[in-house]
Amino acid sequence: MQPSQEQEFQALIDADQRIEPRDWMPEAYRKTLIRQIAQHAHSEIIGMQPEGNWITRAPSLRRKAILMAKVQDEAGHGLYLYGAAETLGVGRDELLDLLHAGRQKYSSIFNYPTLTWADMGAIGWLVDGAAIVNQVPITRCSYGPYARAMVRICKEESFHQRQGFEILHTLSHGTPAQHRMAQDAVDRWWWPSLMMFGPPDDQSPNTAQSMAWRIKRFSNDELRQKFVDMTVPQAEVLGLTLPDPEIRWDETSGHHLFGEIDWTEFFRVLKGDGPCNTARMEHRRRAHDEGAWVREAASAYAEKQAARTRAGAA
Amino acid sequence: MTASSLSADGGHGAVPTGGVPTGVPGSGSMRDWPLWEVFVRAKRGLSHQHVGSLHAPDAAMALRNARDVYTRRSEGVSIWVVPASEVVASSPDEKDAFFDPAADKAYRHPTFYVVPDDVQHL
Repeated sequence: MQPSQEQEFQALIDADQRIEPRDWMPEAYRKTLIRQIAQHAHSEIIGMQPEGNWITRAPSLRRKAILMAKVQDEAGHGLYLYGAAETLGVGRDELLDLLHAGRQKYSSIFNYPTLTWADMGAIGWLVDGAAIVNQVPITRCSYGPYARAMVRICKEESFHQRQGFEILHTLSHGTPAQHRMAQDAVDRWWWPSLMMFGPPDDQSPNTAQSMAWRIKRFSNDELRQKFVDMTVPQAEVLGLTLPDPEIRWDETSGHHLFGEIDWTEFFRVLKGDGPCNTARMEHRRRAHDEGAWVREAASAYAEKQAARTRAGAA
Repeated sequence: MTASSLSADGGHGAVPTGGVPTGVPGSGSMRDWPLWEVFVRAKRGLSHQHVGSLHAPDAAMALRNARDVYTRRSEGVSIWVVPASEVVASSPDEKDAFFDPAADKAYRHPTFYVVPDDVQHL
């Protein structure tokens, strides 16, 4: 008997092959990927805002150049991802409309404010560190264009994390006031970073399907644990404390134990009740609307040039 | 909002997935600029390789944008941009039939031939 399209699709995935844009795929697989890739892209471009906030106030020319390069990378990451989403048959303009209408979301982590310069360090070290732990397995995702975009992104994230670590290390070993500033930033960003991995496994029933499709390779709790194990020794090198008295090494499991996450805060921010939800969306819409004349001018110029070429050829 | 409608798979942190619209297939890019496929030569001696795509109003802007998006870290010494609409591709549905002529010709590969163990440089 001939295998069905669905069986052939699953056989490719089970053989650890990649699915490419023009292959047949189940509608649910396509929709899952569009949601995931589009909202990942939205997170990258909204993520430019909390850091863009500090470009004019970076403490040195070196730090300023680095921060500009990082924010530019986030725009690039958004573009790689919108490109990957478009291979699934949806338009970038349509995805931006869905973001601007609030119908597609971005990661809640960007709804927290960046109050001091040390937040640039904490975001790089913790937020980008958590993103790397999440993103590295996606470089082996079953959908080819998403996996390839993620390879580029992961290479660049590594610079983001290290520059953040360097900022915190410098502050932590500076004056007592600078050390306090670094500690305060870590105190505020630690728990939201742990929440980035999503709800615990027993409350994440979608995970099984995503794993069967090899979109997801590890569960939320596995990735969160990996991040904690990676980060605890780094905090010691920084000379900073993680704000969780329950963190301790557990000989039996070979992992660091940590305290309960306050999921009510997570859901509150997700629902729109975070410190910066409104400001982030307003800024995004304004930037898009105020940039309209640039897009129109580029289109008009392209049209004029094309008309000249046509006239010359006639 | 329940936990079951959330996914952390979006890479940069958990996002809701339940009830999130995914757009209308094939509806895209009517208002957007044309799509260009980008190819980059990483260094002299290598061929151009596909790295991704972008939107731009014309070829000159496509090249500039490709430089900014795909070669921020000196990843290339030369860039090609090609209108995506100009790419002609084989169909994945016909792949077995289309590539069939090569499938049963193992004698095109050197490993097909049996040679004695003691023959050198062959």
